[in-house]
Amino acid sequence: MGDLTRIFVSAALVNNFVLAYFVGLCPFFGVSKEVPTALRMGGAVTFVMVLTAASVSFLNAWVLPVAPYLRLISYIVVIASLVQIVEMVVKKASPALFRALGIFLPLITTNCAILYLALFQYARGYDFLEGLAFSVGAGAGFTLALVLMASIRQRSETASVPTIAREMGLAMIIAASLSMAFMGFAGLFTSGGA
Amino acid sequence: MSEKSGGDVFLRGVWRENPVLVQILGLCPTLAVTNTVENAIAMALATAFVLVGSSGLVSLVRKLIPDQVRISAYILIIATFVTVVDMLMAAVAPSASRALGPFVPLIVVNCMILGRAEAFASRHSLLPSILDAAGTAAGFAVALLLMGGIRELLGSGSFLGLHVLPGSWEPWVIMILPPGGFLTLGAILMGLSWWWGRGARADEASKPRRWPHGVREPEERAA
Repeated sequence: MGDLTRIFVSAALVNNFVLAYFVGLCPFFGVSKEVPTALRMGGAVTFVMVLTAASVSFLNAWVLPVAPYLRLISYIVVIASLVQIVEMVVKKASPALFRALGIFLPLITTNCAILYLALFQYARGYDFLEGLAFSVGAGAGFTLALVLMASIRQRSETASVPTIAREMGLAMIIAASLSMAFMGFAGLFTSGGA
Repeated sequence: MSEKSGGDVFLRGVWRENPVLVQILGLCPTLAVTNTVENAIAMALATAFVLVGSSGLVSLVRKLIPDQVRISAYILIIATFVTVVDMLMAAVAPSASRALGPFVPLIVVNCMILGRAEAFASRHSLLPSILDAAGTAAGFAVALLLMGGIRELLGSGSFLGLHVLPGSWEPWVIMILPPGGFLTLGAILMGLSWWWGRGARADEASKPRRWPHGVREPEERAA
């Protein structure tokens, strides 16, 4: 149990996907203008991550021993199909959310965070439960980063920002400060990252 | 769409619609593997191979792919090219392959590649598609080299592993750590924004966000 907690905390804080590994940056910058949208996007990504982790542990057990060269292709097919299903469900269940997420919902397929999760799970040899803990942690970390970013950007809306730093310039500097802050978690585990 | 000359199609990707600096696509590799110039070059070459190969193939088979499954088909084509380049790098340049780590397989999900397939290669013949992909690849390489150059120079006082700054230079370690990536890109984007904004500064801020060339609006897509 302690191991699972460790994997969760490591993925959420110490090795935060967005701020330490630079994956999932497109939604991080694209969907971080308002907190509610950021929360929903985080939820959608976490959901897809958990489904991916579950599917990948089956692929690792049954498909890849037979055809190792299919690793990348089988992962991406599974992710693309999952995203398609989630997209259809969201469109039916909440058209407002569907519109709010806009182009970024189909782009979850090309969200590197999801594929990175699958590759990592393989590289670390996580089993089914460890994979689930890892994916929930990674999703929570992604959501946390997105919400932090969105709240700071929301407040900076009313500030007087030099013209050249509007849009992306300021966002990059905010991300740099967040990333520096998250480096503080590096000492959380003394015996090397989980 | 009006016909454009081949040179224009190529140059558009390099500068006016630079994938990283203007369209803000492909940020993950731009920030993650640019702590040295060597990594930046390896990444730019690998991405260029996948980009040109997949755009060419998408353009060749564009009439055979049903519209409903086109994105999945493009992703499969891209994933195939990435598998090739991943195995090739592991065999030919094992040290570069180790240094880039998971970011080679992650080329699959580089949005700029799918973006070129969807926005350009799926509607144009082979030659313009390859030119367009090569232009985008060159633009990506420019951005990566710029980032890698600045970060390696300030972060370790060297360029391509050769020490160029005097020994008294105290390296800014932060530049080769994750925050340095965000800082460098932020500085470059602000610099470009200043450069482009001279003269037209007043109306620049009020302009609505433009979608990258050829990408449809989400509402239109959902309909």
